[in-house]
Amino acid sequence: MKAWFRTGTPWIWLNAGAIALSLVMVLGVLGLITVQGASHFWPADLQQVKLTKADGSTQMILAELVRTEEVSATVLKDSGIKLETQAEFYQRHLLKMGNRDLYGRDFSWFLQPQLSDWSQPENAIVIERREWGNFYGFPLRLLQEGQVVAEGDKLLTELQQRIARANEIYQQIALIEKGDIGRINKKLEALRLTERKLQLAQADAATLQAHKAEALTEKAALDAEYAALQQQLEQLYAATKRDVLLVQSAEGKELEISLGNIVHAHFPNAMSTTDKLQHYVAAIWNFLSDEPREANTEGGIFPAIFGTVTMVILMSIIVTPFGVLAAIYLREYAKDGPLLRVIRISVYNLAGVPSIVYGVFGLGFFVYIMGGSIDALFYPESLPSPTFGTPGLFWASLTLALLTLPVVIVSTEEGLSRIPSTIRMGSLALGATKSETLWKVVVPLATPAMMTGLILAIARAAGEVAPLMLVGVVKLAPTLPVDGNFPFVHLDQKIMHLGFHVYDVGFQSPNVEASRPLLYATALVLVILIMVLNLAAIQLRNRLREKYRSESD
Amino acid sequence: MTQQQTILNDAELNLADEKIKLEVNDLRLYYGDSLALKNINLRIPEKRVTAFIGPSGCGKSTLLRCFNRMNDLVDICRIEGKILMDGQNIYDKKVDVAELRRQVGMVFQKPNPFPKTIYENVAYGLRLQGVKDRRVLDEVVENSLKGAALWNEVKDRLHDNAFGLSGGQQQRLVIARAIAIEPEVLLLDEPASALDPISTLKIEELIYELKDKYTIVIVTHNMQQAARVSDYTAFMYMGDLIEFDATNKMFTNPSQQQTEDYITGRFG
Repeated sequence: MKAWFRTGTPWIWLNAGAIALSLVMVLGVLGLITVQGASHFWPADLQQVKLTKADGSTQMILAELVRTEEVSATVLKDSGIKLETQAEFYQRHLLKMGNRDLYGRDFSWFLQPQLSDWSQPENAIVIERREWGNFYGFPLRLLQEGQVVAEGDKLLTELQQRIARANEIYQQIALIEKGDIGRINKKLEALRLTERKLQLAQADAATLQAHKAEALTEKAALDAEYAALQQQLEQLYAATKRDVLLVQSAEGKELEISLGNIVHAHFPNAMSTTDKLQHYVAAIWNFLSDEPREANTEGGIFPAIFGTVTMVILMSIIVTPFGVLAAIYLREYAKDGPLLRVIRISVYNLAGVPSIVYGVFGLGFFVYIMGGSIDALFYPESLPSPTFGTPGLFWASLTLALLTLPVVIVSTEEGLSRIPSTIRMGSLALGATKSETLWKVVVPLATPAMMTGLILAIARAAGEVAPLMLVGVVKLAPTLPVDGNFPFVHLDQKIMHLGFHVYDVGFQSPNVEASRPLLYATALVLVILIMVLNLAAIQLRNRLREKYRSESD
Repeated sequence: MTQQQTILNDAELNLADEKIKLEVNDLRLYYGDSLALKNINLRIPEKRVTAFIGPSGCGKSTLLRCFNRMNDLVDICRIEGKILMDGQNIYDKKVDVAELRRQVGMVFQKPNPFPKTIYENVAYGLRLQGVKDRRVLDEVVENSLKGAALWNEVKDRLHDNAFGLSGGQQQRLVIARAIAIEPEVLLLDEPASALDPISTLKIEELIYELKDKYTIVIVTHNMQQAARVSDYTAFMYMGDLIEFDATNKMFTNPSQQQTEDYITGRFG
């Protein structure tokens, strides 16, 4: 035994065990969110079942079976349910019944004995709606302005065509509302602000009058443009209401659904595996590229992905030069002494400050003090509504840059200290000054280390949530921070963020069961996004390393 | 002091016919409180190869670094005395160190090419001086590489990374880099100690050719090398210059017992 200890084998086992444990944990997390998140998009079959209620009456239900669990009889008895049999455990099923407009809630638990006659009717339809969530039922007739245009076998193809048409119109509407009308509103606001600016500058009456006249004509033109757009919109809205689908719910209630309210419709029970696979891929794509609906419990997460990426990129742009310059000063120029040691320790310790503290600092200093000053100096005309004096993209990026600054400084410093002194000497011996040596030889050689710092910074920043809630991330941002209106990147705008989206969907959602799969899917996207950002940076670093590989390494 | 006076006797040293490039007068160098060079007096003739030999830690590299003021980079290093180059004290306050280093090139023990292409390595010194003309750069790079006997080996891959070269090639590249800015003096700090015998031979041949144009000072551990390449040799021990003489005389008939002991391998 003693000899065995002396061979060092126990240590190897211990080390391997630690690695194995870490691997299991990482794979466990990834596996859980992948399975839970990715399975949500697979089109589940619709089950038609007969529900026998406590009073003996029956009702037909059409629903997706979400999951099944076992509960003990005692628990059920305690909750006041009368059981007829004497079994110790009962199965109960969670069914997603949809039709929130009819039933009030779309998820419900039922005991196994209550349900009977399970079947999967081929003509059961899933309609994804813009409002009220999914509809489960049976299509009856397709109407155009009250006239029946299709029913029976022809219904399916006709319906899909008309849904595609309605969606196209819907996109046009969105384009006009967000694009053109947004642009007009911006211009109107700009006119108002210019006038206010002149007033604040106490311009003389003549200039003010001239501007007012000019603004009036411009405003009239914009108003006319707006009216035209409004008319166009009304036409489009009317067009979306042209077609109506008459459907019947499982218990026999008939209902009309305007095609303008339909995102997507499919017949899961009639779909082959290939069809389902297609639907699956399309559903994932829609999740990634759509905007959220229904308080983030439905639709996609595109604005959150976009916001996260924009913020991380902006953060990188801010933190890299700052961190690198600070590190160069600390390592190359600062004179060694107690002061330098204090500074260095402070920088290292900044990395350990809880991130919410940065959030508070960002809100108090960046947003209110700096942002407030910027508003007072540059945007007095739009006060009291703040421009930069309110949380926004720039402040979020700046706060994260501050949060990740120590990481960049520390790795850059380490990179600089690893550059062999012979290389510096070589440059100095050729008559280069210290700064020439630094910028032409030393800093390029240290770029891989800077990239390492940036990689760590990105990994930390992309996953950070707490400080962002204070400095610029919101549940739902109406527009993206980058668009076609000058100056294209709107630093003052609030953004959506995947990390915050996970929190919001997970804990602030009005519909827990509906948002649960989205929670996993969003978490999965966040993890993949961080991985992609990291891999890109690592790739870049490896290329730099290859370029600057020296034999002394 | 009688010792040094014998050393400084020009007639005995055969220095009478030589033009003196560098003159060291009463040089003392301290690292903190410890005296690393003790009152060195030495004259280095122009366009000759002067070798510094001596056991490790004797101060020969330190002395070499005094000639291009590389010791300035060491915070705790302090220098007293003078070094004259063409009669001008290089430790004068008015001297621009960068300018001095352009005139006094240096090659280090380990090859230290920059992480750039072969071409950019050689052109580095010129670019520092603001030369941008492509033709001038091309010409100087070619001439310097030819001068360092490297041109034939690298002419087809001038724009490859210099780290792809072998150790011996890298060292010749570094020499090419040094002569590209046409220095007057070339300091070689054990230039062949990290190289294999064939590369060493090439470097030695190169030194022999370069002495027509440059004043060369070489530090070496290798006695045979000193004997082969140098015209004059200085033997140092414990921060003292023990003996300085024509290489032929030094290796056949040293005037100091210590020198003889060292050269014959009895100590050090």
